[in-house]
Amino acid sequence: MSQPVLGAPLDRVEGPGKVTGRIAYTADNDIPGMVHAVVVESTIANGRIAAIDESAARSAPGVIAIMTPRNAPRVDARKVDANDSLLFLLQGDAVEFDRQPVAVAIAETFEQATYAARLVRVRYDVRPPTTALASGERFLPDQIFGKPAQHKRGMPEDAFARAAVTLKQTYRTPTEHHNPMETHATIAQWTGDRLTIYDATQWVFGVQHRLAATFGIDPKAIRVVAPFVGGAFGCKGQTWSHVPLAAMAARLAGRPVKLVVTRPQMFGWVGHRPQTEQVVGLGAARDGTLAAVTHDVLSETSMSDEFVEPSVVFSRDLYAVPNYAMSDTLSRLNISKPTYQRGPGESTGSFAMESAMDELSYALGIDPLELRLRNYSANDPDSGKPYSSKRLRECYAAAAAQFGWSARNPKVRSTSRGRMLVGSGMATASRATHRSPCTVRMRMNADGNVLVQCGTIEQGTGTPTVYPQLAAEILEIPPERVRFEFGNTDLPAAPIAAGSQTSGSVGSAVVVAARRMRELLVSHDGKPPADGFEVELEDSPPPEEAEHATQAFGAHFAEVEVDPDLGTVRVTRFVGAFDGGRILNAKTARSQMLGGIVWGISMALFEDTRYDARSGRIMNANLSEYLVPTNADIPDVEVILIAGDDPFANPAGAKGIGEVGICGSAAAVANAVYHATGIRIRDLPITPDKLIR
Amino acid sequence: MNPFRYERAQSGAAAIAAAQHDGDARFVAGGTNILDLMKIHVEAPSLLVDINRLPLSKIELRGDSVHIGALARLNDVAAHPVVRQAFPMVAIALEQSASPQLRNMASMGGNLLQRTRCAYFRDVAAPCNKRAPGSGCGAIGGENRMEAILGTSERCIATHASDVAVPLVALDAVVNVAGPQGSRSIVLSDFYRLPGATPHLETVLVHGELITGLSVPVLPFGARSTYLKVRDRAQYEFALGSAAVALDIEGGTIRQARLALGGVGTVPWRPRAAEHDLTGAPATRTAFEGAAEAALTGARGYGMNDFKIALAKRTLVRALEMVAA
Amino acid sequence: METVNIEVNGRSYSNEVEPRLLLVHYLRDTLGLTGTHVGCDTSSCGACTVLLDGISVKSCTVFAAQAGGHAVTTIEGIGNSGALHPMQEAFWAKHGLQCGFCTPGMIVSCIDLLRRNPDPSDAEIRAGIEGNLCRCTGYENIVRAVRAAAAAMKADEPRRSVAELLPVGAS
Repeated sequence: MSQPVLGAPLDRVEGPGKVTGRIAYTADNDIPGMVHAVVVESTIANGRIAAIDESAARSAPGVIAIMTPRNAPRVDARKVDANDSLLFLLQGDAVEFDRQPVAVAIAETFEQATYAARLVRVRYDVRPPTTALASGERFLPDQIFGKPAQHKRGMPEDAFARAAVTLKQTYRTPTEHHNPMETHATIAQWTGDRLTIYDATQWVFGVQHRLAATFGIDPKAIRVVAPFVGGAFGCKGQTWSHVPLAAMAARLAGRPVKLVVTRPQMFGWVGHRPQTEQVVGLGAARDGTLAAVTHDVLSETSMSDEFVEPSVVFSRDLYAVPNYAMSDTLSRLNISKPTYQRGPGESTGSFAMESAMDELSYALGIDPLELRLRNYSANDPDSGKPYSSKRLRECYAAAAAQFGWSARNPKVRSTSRGRMLVGSGMATASRATHRSPCTVRMRMNADGNVLVQCGTIEQGTGTPTVYPQLAAEILEIPPERVRFEFGNTDLPAAPIAAGSQTSGSVGSAVVVAARRMRELLVSHDGKPPADGFEVELEDSPPPEEAEHATQAFGAHFAEVEVDPDLGTVRVTRFVGAFDGGRILNAKTARSQMLGGIVWGISMALFEDTRYDARSGRIMNANLSEYLVPTNADIPDVEVILIAGDDPFANPAGAKGIGEVGICGSAAAVANAVYHATGIRIRDLPITPDKLIR
Repeated sequence: MNPFRYERAQSGAAAIAAAQHDGDARFVAGGTNILDLMKIHVEAPSLLVDINRLPLSKIELRGDSVHIGALARLNDVAAHPVVRQAFPMVAIALEQSASPQLRNMASMGGNLLQRTRCAYFRDVAAPCNKRAPGSGCGAIGGENRMEAILGTSERCIATHASDVAVPLVALDAVVNVAGPQGSRSIVLSDFYRLPGATPHLETVLVHGELITGLSVPVLPFGARSTYLKVRDRAQYEFALGSAAVALDIEGGTIRQARLALGGVGTVPWRPRAAEHDLTGAPATRTAFEGAAEAALTGARGYGMNDFKIALAKRTLVRALEMVAA
Repeated sequence: METVNIEVNGRSYSNEVEPRLLLVHYLRDTLGLTGTHVGCDTSSCGACTVLLDGISVKSCTVFAAQAGGHAVTTIEGIGNSGALHPMQEAFWAKHGLQCGFCTPGMIVSCIDLLRRNPDPSDAEIRAGIEGNLCRCTGYENIVRAVRAAAAAMKADEPRRSVAELLPVGAS
């Protein structure tokens, strides 16, 4: 059972399919008789539909039906649990956010449906919308993922008041939309009362259960297939309105329906990272030891749902701080429901906390890295539990050495390269690893070839490569003899592929099944019988796993050049070192870290969804004005994997790697900008207008 | 997209005739702008006249002008040795426009007619006097970080989007036009109209007129020129501000200057007073800063775009320094 | 309706199309060539990049009717006789992809980049594919892939056959 802590950098098995365009994403599927549906979305953010005139649309060529609140099948749009959302399924006339679905045009061709959607005339009774965080109705949510919205340890007020040095600052992060390159898409087909769904989703079983509740049918009557998913980053975690709308349209049309969400509609009903306003207070001794940390977060939610961006998790669970207080307040706005986006909580929280730590380091004249080391925590500071593993010190050391941190002139605005001001900054990365029950079925045939089945999905993380590799290592066979079948609800149930939990959940189930398979093999003298072996098991975290806190860690070091006249910022160098426990595949893992870092750079410099405060309408709902990095914006990024065993995390020994890269990276860039210019930007993104004042 | 008729014109005369008979006809060349606008319903022509077969792609030196056919593609113009040598700022502006795939398709004539990126113009649910005269200007009092600070009116503050039009205005390029009433030539700075009370009228072209090419007079000091584009991200974005600069310097003294600003005006902006100020002035930062002040005379911010006034000045100063160096 | 006569990946097609049919939808819906993806609808992302007479264009920004009389190459026509093109090989080996959605357009753009500049520097690669957005990889490995492909194309390395490569997929 020789499992290396750094898994071999095997090439992706689905690589040839991806580089030849032969792999199918949801919208690539064609079903005989299929017609096309296009959603008509609201152009107001608050009010009611007064009237819909669909006559012109209905008489346009090729139109099969125009689905409006008048003729839409009656379904149950309510949420099924606290994590779910109210859906907008044409069951009423209320409009509560920009780009809410108000009708669906169904036609023979995509072009006809698109044009018909344009011809649907909707008249509204408009009410003034509220989209500014400061203006919404404020409240404390009942709970945040099972924890209270306010929490304290020690005596934060006293400790803060008595601290030798204190700092209190407000940091802001804007609304950000996930914008995976593949937009959402659904194909729905009814066969009698049975429903087949192709969907771009992170969780086929979630779609299955949501649709069962929506239509009041048995989940077993619904088969959900997620072909390859073209990126998700959290927005494909929930079942959003267009999925049942596609099924409703298919029922109305009596034909299979394909519904592709357009890029401008990606700014509508499919979730986003909520804007936050975070007040961070730090109280420290002169030697930099933190005595108290306070972190009060105001974030936005929609009119009908409560979503909390758990920014406080980062400050709560990282440094050795005896006295701590946090609060999470929500502001109700005319926006669509926010949702999880890569590194939910820690991404935004780390910008605030790690910017504040940087500010403290300058206030005290202590090197920013040294300040982190002085507050290094051996145990989870909030629960007191030991970490399952923690190699953050090694991350700091390796990344700092690679970056050349010790050669840095600590003075701000001290370094230049030609006209450019040069600065470097660092930040800590930290992200909780979660784990959920997962079932796998593993079959070894008489010829020794293995089939592993699990209803998880592939969204770019390397699923069909990594899990066979893991099984093969345990079975001591070449990985090409293991095939992984995934992506539909006929397969054993997997949890949502989100929250940095797939390696821990699917990976652990594969490990446990492979170990059992190996035992079977040993008991049969190494040869499977004529009908082979089959193992099917559900792997759940045992209670003893809760005795440890499991977090992935890392250290980010960024160098920027700032044009002092023009205010432009370019990241010129970036080094990140990460502790992700056991690394299942060095190639795919490194790529996850790279992608995460680039998301942090993007968060620091570019991403910003802009609402017109008067209309509540998003004014940059496209990929030209909603900026994400181009190739030229990204420097050479160096990723160091500090791999190591983690016997307490889970049977796979793996901590989450999909999200830790974004946590802290935006702060590292902001801190580098401060070092370069002496200008502290506390509201993202850092754009030229903020630097030339 | 609305249904429309599509015709491939076999001659310029046929193209003009086809368009003339249909008030909602549009010419299509590279299509990179009009297709985009048709998809978002800002444009809904009844007829598209495809002019790509017309022999209007040549780039050549004719006498003391470089002639650029209306159908010459941006990438071909940028790569052309005559253009690169005679006016580097034109080649740079082209290379910093859009992306390679779009530059492979987009035509020079089409680029001159490129519509604004103003978010209110592009959102048919929003008020916009340019798209729907009389509906108001959504950008004033709205999300106007990218909007213009020069040449604005109370009806419209939309920024002109073209990069290459900026150096071309500085070079006194001439637009050659054929139309129902015959041919005419228009100096580029007279070609664009300020929004004033009629922001929907962007050029002096009348319906049915077709750009056939550009004549760009060879400027003796055009080789000493640059185009500087400032944007949020490194590439593939419209300008926050840009400057085209050509200088004739002898012994540290500026004999002549050609300047134009992009990303800040409702039209490509030619600050002639600043050119005048620089004539005979020493090529120093102080003189450049003075010229930048003059260039931004009358500039007005609308809130989120206030920073563009300072940015445009600094962009112009930097471009002047780059050329003078 | 317009008759469009078009050559796609070396094969001739003749179809009646609506003038408003975009080339990308003609390729995907009429010809079933779904390797060309739609990522943004507005010519911003590059996922739909194909070669038109050998030059990269965004197929969401060309009408099928306009492409009549021209030759189109999609990702399915990259490489020949079933062998991976060196660019495809390099994207796979250097991990210039994750979810794979931007990959076909990215590969087509990179091939056009090497046509214009067979030996680009890293900076020229980064600048040369500005019109293709990737949200997963962080671009780093894409630059490596283009570098590797440029070297392989110079050396004219033998290619692996697509048919040899194991089929994998969701069912």
